[in-house]
Amino acid sequence: MRTRLTGWGRTAGSFAQLDAPATEEAIAAALRAPAVIARGLGRSYGDAAQVGGGLVLDNAGLNAIGPIGPDGLVTLGAGVSIEDLLTVAIPQGWFVPVTPGTRQVSIGGAVAADVHGKNHHVDGSFARHVRAMRLVTPTGVHALSPEVEPALFWATFGAMGLTGVVSEVTLQLLAIASDQVLVDTDRYDDLDEVMAAMVEGDDRYRYSVAWVDCMARGRRMGRSILTRGDHASAPAGDDPTNHAPRAARLAVPITAPPGLLNPATITAFNELWFRAAPRHRVGEAQSIGSFFHPLDGLRDWNRLYGPRGFVQYQFAVPDDAAETVTTAIARLSASRVPSFLAVLKRFGPGDPAPLSFPQPGWTLALDLPVGPARLAALLDELDELVIAARGRVYLAKDSRLSPQHVRAMYPRLGEFAALADTIDPERHLTSDLARRLRLREG
Amino acid sequence: MENAFGQPQTIVVLGGTSDIARAVVKKLCSARAHHVVLAGRNQTLLDEAAAEARDYGATTTHTVLFDATEPLDAARAVSDCFGAMDEPVDLVIEAVGLLGKQLEYEDDPTMAATMATVNYAWPVAALAEVRRRLVAQGHGRILVMSSVAAIRVRRSSYLYSGAKAGLDRLCDGLADSLEGTGVTLQILRPGFVRSKMTTGEPEIPFTTGVNEVAENVVRGLAGSARVIWSPPILRYVFFVLRHLPAPIWRKVADR
Repeated sequence: MRTRLTGWGRTAGSFAQLDAPATEEAIAAALRAPAVIARGLGRSYGDAAQVGGGLVLDNAGLNAIGPIGPDGLVTLGAGVSIEDLLTVAIPQGWFVPVTPGTRQVSIGGAVAADVHGKNHHVDGSFARHVRAMRLVTPTGVHALSPEVEPALFWATFGAMGLTGVVSEVTLQLLAIASDQVLVDTDRYDDLDEVMAAMVEGDDRYRYSVAWVDCMARGRRMGRSILTRGDHASAPAGDDPTNHAPRAARLAVPITAPPGLLNPATITAFNELWFRAAPRHRVGEAQSIGSFFHPLDGLRDWNRLYGPRGFVQYQFAVPDDAAETVTTAIARLSASRVPSFLAVLKRFGPGDPAPLSFPQPGWTLALDLPVGPARLAALLDELDELVIAARGRVYLAKDSRLSPQHVRAMYPRLGEFAALADTIDPERHLTSDLARRLRLREG
Repeated sequence: MENAFGQPQTIVVLGGTSDIARAVVKKLCSARAHHVVLAGRNQTLLDEAAAEARDYGATTTHTVLFDATEPLDAARAVSDCFGAMDEPVDLVIEAVGLLGKQLEYEDDPTMAATMATVNYAWPVAALAEVRRRLVAQGHGRILVMSSVAAIRVRRSSYLYSGAKAGLDRLCDGLADSLEGTGVTLQILRPGFVRSKMTTGEPEIPFTTGVNEVAENVVRGLAGSARVIWSPPILRYVFFVLRHLPAPIWRKVADR
C-alpha cells in the first residue's frame, strides 16, 4: 500500500511506501531501500519529507522522553513532538530553548530544518541547544556532538534529512519560573517605523516578532504589529503550578472550496487583525500557547487554502539589505497577490551548519495561496532580489525554488554534498525536495 | 520534480517535433524544465527541436527515434526515453499524430490502417508503458494531445478524427485508472491550430496559433481539470456542435 504525502502546503504530492521503524536496527535495515527519507509531523511546507516511489520513514515510533536533569538536559526520541515535550517539561519549570510557530514539529524535524523561533536574535537556532544526537546512516550509526564528528553533526542541521535518520537528541532546556509570557505590543503605520523600532529595541527582549499587512497599499503599506516579550519571572496569580498549553479543540473539518482565501477575504482579515491590536501596551501576561503558537488553536488550518494548497515564502537577507524586505513587500502589495499577515523578524548570528537557513539580518515569511498565474514568476523575481542581497530562502518552507538559485543561496552546498556522499555513497537518502533542487549533486 | 505551481522539471515528448509540443516545451523550459527527451521519426527535426529547447533554458536534451506505424515498438521507444532521463519524469506529452489530406487517400485501405495505427494504436501502446513507469515513480503527469475533432467527427477528416475520438475516450478511462497512484492524465483538445500539420487547410472560426495553445496548456497543467480546451471557449462551442442534427452538422462542418 502506498500513501500520498505532501507537505503542510498541500502541493505537489507523491505516493510512497510509509514505514515507522521504532529502533535503530529497523531504521538501518530500512535505509537499504533505493530511495528513502525520514518524516516527522509533516510541517515542512513543501516536498522535503516525501519521496515519490520510495520509502518514507515516519519517526513517530521514536517517542521516548528521558528524565529532565537538574541542569535541564533531556534525551529525547526524534519522534517526540514539541507539544509532547512541553507537556512534560513546563510543569517541571523547563521550556524548549527554541520553538517554531507550532508545537506540532518532531525533534527530528526540528534538527532537520534547524528551526528558529522568536528568540533567534538572542538564542540562535535549534542547533545551538543540541548537545548530542544519534544519526542512523546507510553506512552505520553515528553518535554526534559538537566535539565528536563535528562536520557530520553540523551538516545534519538544515539538511532536511539528507544525512540520515536522527534517532535520538540530547537537548538543553531553558529554565522558566512561570507559564506566562509578559508581552509588549506596538502598532506601526509603516514598514520603516517598525524596522527602526526592531533595530533599536530588540536587544531588550528575548522574543520579538512583527506581523506585517502585505495587503495594505499606499501610505499604509507595510503597517505592522510588533510583539515582544520574555518569560514572567514569577508564577502569576494564586496558582503556583505551571501548565502546558492544551491541545487544539477546534479543527477545520474539510478542505475549503478554492478561492475562499482571496484578496477580498484576506484584506478584510488583515484589517480586523490590525485593528484588534492595541497601539501600545506594556507587560500583558499571555499564555505560552497564545504567544508562541497562535495557529495551533485550529488544527488542519492548511485546509483553508483549498484544494490547490499554498506556498510559504521565507527569505533572509543581511542587515545592509534591509531594502530587500521593503521591495519584496512593495512588489507583493502592488501585484495584489493575496497574502496573509507576513512575519518579519531579526536574526542573530547563524551556526556553522552548511545548509542552515538563519543568517544575521532580517527574515520575512509569507503565506501565499496557489492560484494567481503571476505568483510563480513573481517569486522567481524575489529569488533574484534575495540572491543579489546575498540572502537565501528557507528549504523547510520551499516548494518552488530552482536548482540554480539554490546554489547561489547556499554556496556551501558542494561541501555538504561531498560529506553526504561519504556516509551514503550510493545516495539512498533522497527526497522530492532533493531531486527537485539536486541537493545530492552539490 | 514538479514544483508547487505544477511546473515540471523533466519532460518526455512522444512526437517531439509536433509544432504544438514544441511550443509547450519552449514555455515549460523558460519556467523550470531543464531536462527534455524528444522522441520522433526524423532525426534532423528532433535535433532542431532539441536545440530550441536548450535555447529556452533546458540544460540537457536527448532524442529517441521511433516509427509510429509500428505499435509493437512503442514500449521500446518509451523505455529509451525514460532510460535517457537519469531522474524521475515529471511530464510525458503524447503528441503523435498524422493528418494529411484525407480526400487523397480515403479509399486506400492501407492508408486507412496507417491512420488508425499512428493516431490510435501506437499512442495506446505507448501510454500503457508510460502508465506503468509513472505509477512506479509515485508521481507524474501525462498530457495527451487529442483534438476537438474527436468530439464530433467530420466527414473531411474522419480517419484522423475517428482515431483521435477513440484515443480521447480511452484516455478518460485511463485517467480514472490513475486515481490514487500520484499520476494524473490530462487531455488536450485544441481547435484548429495554424501549424505544419494544417498547412494549406482553410482556417475556421476560433483558429489559434501554437503559442496560444501552449499558454492554455501551461495554465491547464497548473490546475487539475481533466480536459484542457484551447481556446477555452471551444468547450461551449462543441457542447452545441455535438448536439446538432446531422444535416445541419454536415453543413456547418464541411463548409
